[in-house]
Amino acid sequence: MKSSRRSFVAGASAAALSGKAAFAQNKYEDGVSDTEIRIGNTNPYSGPASAYAAIGKTIDAYFKSVNEAGGINGRKVKFISMDDGYVPSKTVEVVREMVESAKIFALFQPLGTPCNNAIQKYMNTRKVPQLFVATGASKWGDPANFPWTMGYQPDYHTEAVIYARHALATVKDAKIGVLSQNDDYGRDYVGGLKEGLGKEVGRIVRSVTFEATDPTVDSQIIQLKDSGANVFMNFSGPKAAAQGIRKAADLHWKPVHYLNNISASVAAVMKPAGYENAQGIITAAYLMDATDAQWSDHAEMKTWSAWMDKWMPGANKADANHIYAYGVSFLMTETLKRCGSELTRANLMKQAAGFQKFRVPLLLPGINVSTSPTDFYPIQAVQLERFKGETWDLFGDIMHAESS
Amino acid sequence: MEQLLEQVASGLANGAIYACVALALVMIYVSTDHLNFAQGEMAMFSTYISWQLMAWGVSFWLAFILTIAISFVLGVIIERAILRPLHNAPVLSVVVVFIGLLAICNSMAGAIWSYLIKEYPSPFPKATFGVAGVIGPHQLGVVIVTLIVLTLLFLFFRYTPLGLAMRAAAQNPQMARLVGVRVDWMLALGWGLAAAVGSVAGMMVAHIVYLDPNMMSGILLYAFAGALIGGIGNPGGAVVGGFIVGVLENMVAYAGNMIEKTTGIYIIGNGEKLTVALIIVIFVLTVKPAGLFGRVVVKRV
Amino acid sequence: MPAFPKKWLWVVLILAFGVPLLQPILPDAVSNYRLFLVSTMIIAAIAVLGLNLLTGFNGQISLGHGAFYAVGAYTAAILMDKLDVPYYATLPAAAVVCFAVGYLFGLPALKLEGHYLALATFALALAVPQILKYKWLEDLTGGVQGIVLSKPEVPFGLPLNEDQWLYYYCLVTMIVLFWAANNMLNSRSGRAMMAIRDHYMAADTMGINTARYKTVTFGISAAYTGIAGALSASAIAFVAPDSFNLFLSIKFLIGLVVGGVGSLTGSVVGGIFYVLVDNSAQAISTFIKNDLGLQFDISAYTIFGVLLILLMYLMPQGIVGGVYVLVRRFRRG
Repeated sequence: MKSSRRSFVAGASAAALSGKAAFAQNKYEDGVSDTEIRIGNTNPYSGPASAYAAIGKTIDAYFKSVNEAGGINGRKVKFISMDDGYVPSKTVEVVREMVESAKIFALFQPLGTPCNNAIQKYMNTRKVPQLFVATGASKWGDPANFPWTMGYQPDYHTEAVIYARHALATVKDAKIGVLSQNDDYGRDYVGGLKEGLGKEVGRIVRSVTFEATDPTVDSQIIQLKDSGANVFMNFSGPKAAAQGIRKAADLHWKPVHYLNNISASVAAVMKPAGYENAQGIITAAYLMDATDAQWSDHAEMKTWSAWMDKWMPGANKADANHIYAYGVSFLMTETLKRCGSELTRANLMKQAAGFQKFRVPLLLPGINVSTSPTDFYPIQAVQLERFKGETWDLFGDIMHAESS
Repeated sequence: MEQLLEQVASGLANGAIYACVALALVMIYVSTDHLNFAQGEMAMFSTYISWQLMAWGVSFWLAFILTIAISFVLGVIIERAILRPLHNAPVLSVVVVFIGLLAICNSMAGAIWSYLIKEYPSPFPKATFGVAGVIGPHQLGVVIVTLIVLTLLFLFFRYTPLGLAMRAAAQNPQMARLVGVRVDWMLALGWGLAAAVGSVAGMMVAHIVYLDPNMMSGILLYAFAGALIGGIGNPGGAVVGGFIVGVLENMVAYAGNMIEKTTGIYIIGNGEKLTVALIIVIFVLTVKPAGLFGRVVVKRV
Repeated sequence: MPAFPKKWLWVVLILAFGVPLLQPILPDAVSNYRLFLVSTMIIAAIAVLGLNLLTGFNGQISLGHGAFYAVGAYTAAILMDKLDVPYYATLPAAAVVCFAVGYLFGLPALKLEGHYLALATFALALAVPQILKYKWLEDLTGGVQGIVLSKPEVPFGLPLNEDQWLYYYCLVTMIVLFWAANNMLNSRSGRAMMAIRDHYMAADTMGINTARYKTVTFGISAAYTGIAGALSASAIAFVAPDSFNLFLSIKFLIGLVVGGVGSLTGSVVGGIFYVLVDNSAQAISTFIKNDLGLQFDISAYTIFGVLLILLMYLMPQGIVGGVYVLVRRFRRG
């Protein structure tokens, strides 16, 4: 705390004096100058995961709006976002280019579990921050081994633990059927589910996977129904989730349905799946949903909506990725702000690890960002909600995970 | 038993999708002698056009017809503008151009309409019949539409002078030219027709898989397999082939499921069902190299 | 297609070996990143050469060479990870494994031609990532997580850094492989290979054992691409199923066609293009967005498509073929 206050004073005096002597006190590393901070990012702008490109575009727009408002402590953010097509080997290539050639100060929100896996060792060897990564895998909060990598969202593993416990507590004689994508992300959920069930792991009567390239998941849903499951754990991306919800209804299969929160969008999943088919589905949320009428009068939602109109005209506001990216960009801007004029990578990580109950816009009321030098999981709380009519209905308490 | 029935029905429903796209692939093959890898993405783009028309308030069937017409024109334009200059280029170069087209269609659709999945209406009346939900009205509708398109194409290629001329132009351009067929225009028409058939496939599929820029990338491979197993030059074969692939894939999953249930050992599951289905398809092709319904072409040296 | 002039070959080789040593004098021009980038080009060039041996010189099409690349990469990764085999020893291992896989695949492929072979190889490219995730192999392959590896260490206390060493390692491998391919193509077997491509029936009648040549070519081609895969495992220091998607195979094909089908030089050009096309598409896309200030977002993927079509438009025979035509026209004029 002490040193950050000192750097704050240094920053203030630099601004006041604006003389050469004052600037000499500023501490810079690669990618930072008196006028600019270079931040890197990878995103799948092409290929099968390109739906996530909205995140990169929103971050880009966010930093433009920050720059127009005067930048961060007088410095403009230069945001360099490169396409890796969700291919890990490509991620390595473009990240090396950004770190070694474009000399970025830090890598912010690189997207995808396999892509982050591929660069984690490199980033930590080069001591370049890999900050607020855009994946919910549980492995990103490991400061003892990877002090330059930090996660952001509640991890998939914990989310699944919560579903497991809720199902055990509320469903009598639960028989669980699981649908999961056959990759890292699906695996994380299934692992969490098993951990949450503990001794009751035998309650999983059938676990099926699908490939991201499968045109439909009909065949899988049929198998789940056939297994006699009365609980449906639906761990799939928006498209497969919507198909699964509709197919289950078509087959007149009516289990207690848990849906992972990345597919909880009203506009992108519930509506296409059919509201009548989606009643009663349970998910764990941490973000507000722009398509959910209950938030439309919330001050943060109004600010965001106005911001979208100005900076991303024409973008689809129903896309939850915009909300997600807006929040995490806000957090990044705050982290950089707190660095003052001591723009070193070590200080950036230190500031990122120094948030206490910090409010990031559009998180659910009561959910905050908290980190510490041993806690690299910024958001760890979720709240259960149930789909009713055309919106989500929050219920129960906010649940804090004890993942770290 | 119930599962078997449901798996077969779902396989047939998926098969209808593959059959539709396979038909478009065969179309372009019959009329230009190329396999168009961009076919799926072009169909996806057409489907977005129809979605846009409906968003502007046009009714489904009107949008359907307009989209077919627009797709036809676009197909002709693509042939005239992009492929015409490459007439004498090697086959592989044309393949690369197809990949370029694929990239453009996919990314442009994403840029214009975003990557968010969109619901796409079904024009068929909502009703449940037969065994509960085993096969829906939309699935049945898709099968019927596919068969109608197939019949129309069959009649067109078999009985109309234009259809005959198009086939001649694809199979033997020099000879066709000698008998007065305007070969270059025939190729353009072939592209237009294929794009139109593709757009029908897209508009039928979109309700089932939801509309997004990547909706066809998975389907194209199945369609490709369906078209080949049926005999690439044979539209009827392609439709049957599409159904075969759809059912076969689900049967593999079903068999794996049963084995696991009875013996408790995991051998094949959903991760491997496509692979196993393709291995079977390829095996069949090594035994019957011209496909199930194709004729062996004897080459003269 | 004409061979690369000998005189120039030496110049290129001397430059290739000499330039990385200039790093202390020109740290920015010869940065580690650039060396790494050139290494990836070399790896791609070897992979494209593998495909070229099959498609360009033997006339069998493959849309699935990414599969062999993956098998090579995983062979190397598993050997390094589980058995602590030194990285240089993984190359022959990858070659042997991929040769076997390629040869076996070549047997049914004998029955398939044209589009059917394209489907079969396409299916192979699709199947390999699935097999890597297969439940019973997960302990070995790391399943969906993949395997994290270490970068090759600089041996004998040479005064080089990791990237310089990686570069030389790839470069020497490439030279050996190209030399071997060149010798093979100029031998009796090579002429038989090309005879099969040019006129199958005539070759058959002349007593060439077409079946054996085709399957062995498949094996050799797979081995080349597999070695490239093994090199990439070392260079990237990470393997995961997601790295070997269908598009990888398509990109090798693009590299092959854009470089030049049936040309060794073309394979090198194809490898360079394979890497450069992404970077340049991205650069153009950012340029349009930031400097031209176009409101509509033209993504790098669109530019990639346009570049491909333009290239085929201008040089339907590939870059090497196109340059050759230009040079000839220039000399004549």
